[in-house]
Amino acid sequence: MREDVWHRLDLIARKILPFFVTLLLIMAAMVPLRVPLLSPVIPALPLIAVYYWSVYKPDLMPIWAIFLIGLFHDLLSAGPAGVGILSLLLVYGLVESLRRLLVGAGFLAIWLVFVPVAAAASLSTWLLTCLIETRLFDLEPTLFQYFATIAGYPCLAWVLSQLQRSLIR
Amino acid sequence: MGLTGARGPEELGIGFGQEDHLDRSSSTVLRLAAPVKAWIQRSALLLLITAAVALMLLGRIESGIVQAARSTVADAVTPILDFASRPISGTVDTLESAQNLMALAKENADLREANRRLRSWQAVAYRLEAQNGALRDLLRMAPDPHSSYVTARVVADNGGAFVRSVLVNAGRNHSVVQGQAAVTGEGLAGRVAQVGARSAQVLLITDMNSRIPVMLAHSRERAVLAGNNTNRPALLYLGPRNQVEPGDRILTSGDGGVFPAGLPVGVVAASEDGKVWVQPFVDWDRMEYLRLIDFELSGLLLSAGGAD
Repeated sequence: MREDVWHRLDLIARKILPFFVTLLLIMAAMVPLRVPLLSPVIPALPLIAVYYWSVYKPDLMPIWAIFLIGLFHDLLSAGPAGVGILSLLLVYGLVESLRRLLVGAGFLAIWLVFVPVAAAASLSTWLLTCLIETRLFDLEPTLFQYFATIAGYPCLAWVLSQLQRSLIR
Repeated sequence: MGLTGARGPEELGIGFGQEDHLDRSSSTVLRLAAPVKAWIQRSALLLLITAAVALMLLGRIESGIVQAARSTVADAVTPILDFASRPISGTVDTLESAQNLMALAKENADLREANRRLRSWQAVAYRLEAQNGALRDLLRMAPDPHSSYVTARVVADNGGAFVRSVLVNAGRNHSVVQGQAAVTGEGLAGRVAQVGARSAQVLLITDMNSRIPVMLAHSRERAVLAGNNTNRPALLYLGPRNQVEPGDRILTSGDGGVFPAGLPVGVVAASEDGKVWVQPFVDWDRMEYLRLIDFELSGLLLSAGGAD
């Protein structure tokens, strides 16, 4: 009986792990590094994580979890609320519509698909922020962050794949 | 499977085997379930998109609720961020002290020289302070209000691509109030924009929405320092006849009564075609602690050395 309870708890813990790891990544991206010139090129870690789990383990990254992740990000960051949620929901929608292409695809193909998906998410963030703040923001920081996100994908995807292997049976 | 069995009689009547029947009916369920599932997914997506748009508009129109939610989230995660940011500053400090060790001898000589120079400046300062006091007495001037301050650690760089702001680990519990000036040892860094119970968000002077009343140190000419999301905020509303030279010092003017007057802000970095840019004194990459200056409560909280 007790083992059954532990087994269940274990199962639940494994299921909610991707969600909480993504929340941790949001916080990690905000830790002040105090290294000159590095702050503008911190990759959008939640974007990578949401894409990764939506592609490899969609059942562990349901749509409401994506919404909550976006909400947490928007409330913790000083940017306009709602923008991060919409960009992550866009990622979800794109992955869902590209599902057939992504099933069984190798790492390189999935990374290649991430290039336009991340572009759509970054551009939508920029566009929505400009709209809601009714002023034209410089596109340069967004582009910097976009390229950092593309470059950072393999690294974080590797870490997440290790996590997936060790914790999710 | 129990439910799907109810659908089976006519299929059984045609004479399929039990296993075959199960297969077929489960595939019927799958055929039916797939569109239903897709429909639910699609409507959930629409619903959540609507919720996000509503949140966007709510934040734009009535930001009280959104701000309260922001403060709650910031309060909840500040201990985690505080914990996470410590080893990083420790590592950076260690690296720096290792670099410093190598340059120790030269630095010592430089410091001795600087010390000699500063001692003579100290003598000048004492003399001017005494003279200033005497002149104030002559004029019967009201003394400057004292101010106290709270020192807080910068625990998160939560600006992102569009906002220049940081999160500090002090809030209402430490008598931090919205609007207070945030300074480092070098100069003005920003203004407290939002306060939680144990966290506060500081909007930096480089942010696009930052407007600080300032003055030129030598001519006392008033102007407004306007952030533009770059490291060099602009100087607006300067008088037309004003001659501004690169290197001129900029101080807070104290207009508006929120900030103390005379906080160092930066130096004029460049001026062309009537546009002036300011290089702030603050070293953004080493901003580990911020002092939040309590100015309005001056009469209640007297603290020696707090006024600067």
